[in-house]
Amino acid sequence: MNVLEVVDLRKHFPIRRGFLRRIVGHVRAVDGVSFHIRKGETLALVGESGCGKTTVSRCILRALAPTSGAIEFTVDGKVVDLATLSKRELKRYRRHMQMVFQDPFSSLNPRMGIADIIGEPLLVNGMRSAEERRKRVAELLDMVQLPRAYRNRFPHAFSGGQRQRIGIARALALNPSLIVADEPVSALDVSVQAQIINLMIDLQDRLGLTYLFVAHDLSVVKHVSDRVAVMYVGRIVEIAGTQALFEAPKHPYTEALLSAVPKPDPRIRADRVILERDVADPANPPPGCHFHPRCRYAQERCRVETPPLESIEPHRWVSCHRARELSLRGVR
Amino acid sequence: MPPTPMVESIARAPPQSSAPILSVRALRTYFHLNEGIVRAVDGVSFDVRPGRTLGIVGESGCGKSVMARSILGIVDRPGRVEAGEVWLHGAGGSAEPVDLMTLASDGAQMRAIRGKEIALIFQEPMASFSHYYTVGNQIMEGILEHSDATQKEARARAIELLRTVGVPQPERRIDEYPFQLSGGLRQRVMIAMALACDPRVLIADEPTTALDVTTQAQILDLLRGLQQQRGLALILITHDMGVIAEMADDVVVMYLGRAVEKGKVDDIFHAPRHPYTRALLRSIPSIMAAPRTKLATLGGSIPHPFNRPAGCPFHPRCPESIAGVCDQALPPLLSEADGREVSCFLYGGRP
Repeated sequence: MNVLEVVDLRKHFPIRRGFLRRIVGHVRAVDGVSFHIRKGETLALVGESGCGKTTVSRCILRALAPTSGAIEFTVDGKVVDLATLSKRELKRYRRHMQMVFQDPFSSLNPRMGIADIIGEPLLVNGMRSAEERRKRVAELLDMVQLPRAYRNRFPHAFSGGQRQRIGIARALALNPSLIVADEPVSALDVSVQAQIINLMIDLQDRLGLTYLFVAHDLSVVKHVSDRVAVMYVGRIVEIAGTQALFEAPKHPYTEALLSAVPKPDPRIRADRVILERDVADPANPPPGCHFHPRCRYAQERCRVETPPLESIEPHRWVSCHRARELSLRGVR
Repeated sequence: MPPTPMVESIARAPPQSSAPILSVRALRTYFHLNEGIVRAVDGVSFDVRPGRTLGIVGESGCGKSVMARSILGIVDRPGRVEAGEVWLHGAGGSAEPVDLMTLASDGAQMRAIRGKEIALIFQEPMASFSHYYTVGNQIMEGILEHSDATQKEARARAIELLRTVGVPQPERRIDEYPFQLSGGLRQRVMIAMALACDPRVLIADEPTTALDVTTQAQILDLLRGLQQQRGLALILITHDMGVIAEMADDVVVMYLGRAVEKGKVDDIFHAPRHPYTRALLRSIPSIMAAPRTKLATLGGSIPHPFNRPAGCPFHPRCPESIAGVCDQALPPLLSEADGREVSCFLYGGRP
């Protein structure tokens, strides 16, 4: 069962110039993105800065209103299109989607005790009894492995890793159908990163959670996700199961991305695909395939014709004219 | 025509050992704050050799950046280098090494060394450029300071440097301001600036941390190429074990201001000895792991600098800590037969 189905999502930001603030162009941050997330799985959305992955997640949460497209969200067996709901209508569904933020230092109110931080979503959503809230907060603290005795402390008393646990507890408070985690471990030290990754995997196994995991670190993604969607300049270039994508990428950008990741073993300082030039400007992307100016397999067709995101084998979609003929290098 | 992207081989000639160019000995840098003393760097020693890369790795608060600044005498107050020696060999063609710690940090001698002999690349390129000068002016500043070049010659040299570090259209880019450049280009300009006076030692403090992976690959490749061409001694400071594995010849692992283990890169990764090194290696997510596998974790988190544990600073998190020993005394850094150095009572030195 799909918890979420995103269909041809677009988000264009106007560029305004001059005294009259006239619109002179658009940044196509998200430009026709489609994917689905099944219940209980983790879909990782990966890509480099500016590729639009955060904009996608913010559109799903309706922190941004999409320009066009559908965001079909399944709640209690009912499908609603979040893209078209009004702010008032949205309120009923917000409790089912929660977010874990990147920066554990700025995402917790420094003037609230952690029992209040974790209990606030409960209060806002109608759990009036203080006793019930106390019980639920205690449960949540257990889940994220923080001692109950810490409940009255303030965020400043906690380390980065502990704060991220508090953020996760807050996200879990209302038993959401979908958790959007935007770079949840990238601000943490390695030794703490591992603890949070493990916690997220554990919680998912125990509670059957569904994650949209937005990240740039492919090593982290390898550890947490069931499937991976790779974005480049506002579009998805490849979606596949984690193992398949890492082992045998089908899009040249995925190949380059994988090969650029430093491997933690000095014995495999292997050949590497070095991409030339910078990422394309989403306000003025190249015609055809957005990746063609940096692609070492590009042909004439790639410069003119935009490749569609096509299913080339079961559970795998690729947006490349040459996906079927190329044999690309992955990591084992 | 699009440029022909390339697949580059990173295989390198085995680095030959030679005399060190920079020797750091028992360096201590403390910060005197109202709340107490933070021992940011607490007795670290190492050697840097031409043509080789020394990787300094550790998590936040381990003192790796303060150490870089200490070498160049640019530690901000209330920080102070308390003790230690930093010997630079062959400065200005002289046969006698000089101890940089004995030089006045704003004196003529130190200024002649900073930028000219030892250059530094900072982590965040945007924070280390001036917004008010063009990148050309900022590169030329060092050239004009350290040589007799005229404005015109300095400009020509700056353009040449930008070309060397792979900035496209350097004749045009030289007159742009840092905010007009992408992150990758900014880091390239920062490298060009560091290379302006042909230094013999380059300290790169998290040079790629703020960059995307594909840009990181470009920059690491560039640094490696420049090192080969110029025989640079490179000190690479990072928290990223993957970057260390790809770049370093020798490695210093730091924890709370101290070197806990030193050795050749292969030994560090394939036969780590210190429990912290072992734990760190086990806990890093790897792109080669099986999907959805949990990581080995290291309990607890890095202590606050004011609450530095007694004895070995790692003992509260160490799974192999020996009660009554590790919480009492500081383990000495002992040399082993294979040239490795480890600071841990598991390997001797017990009081």
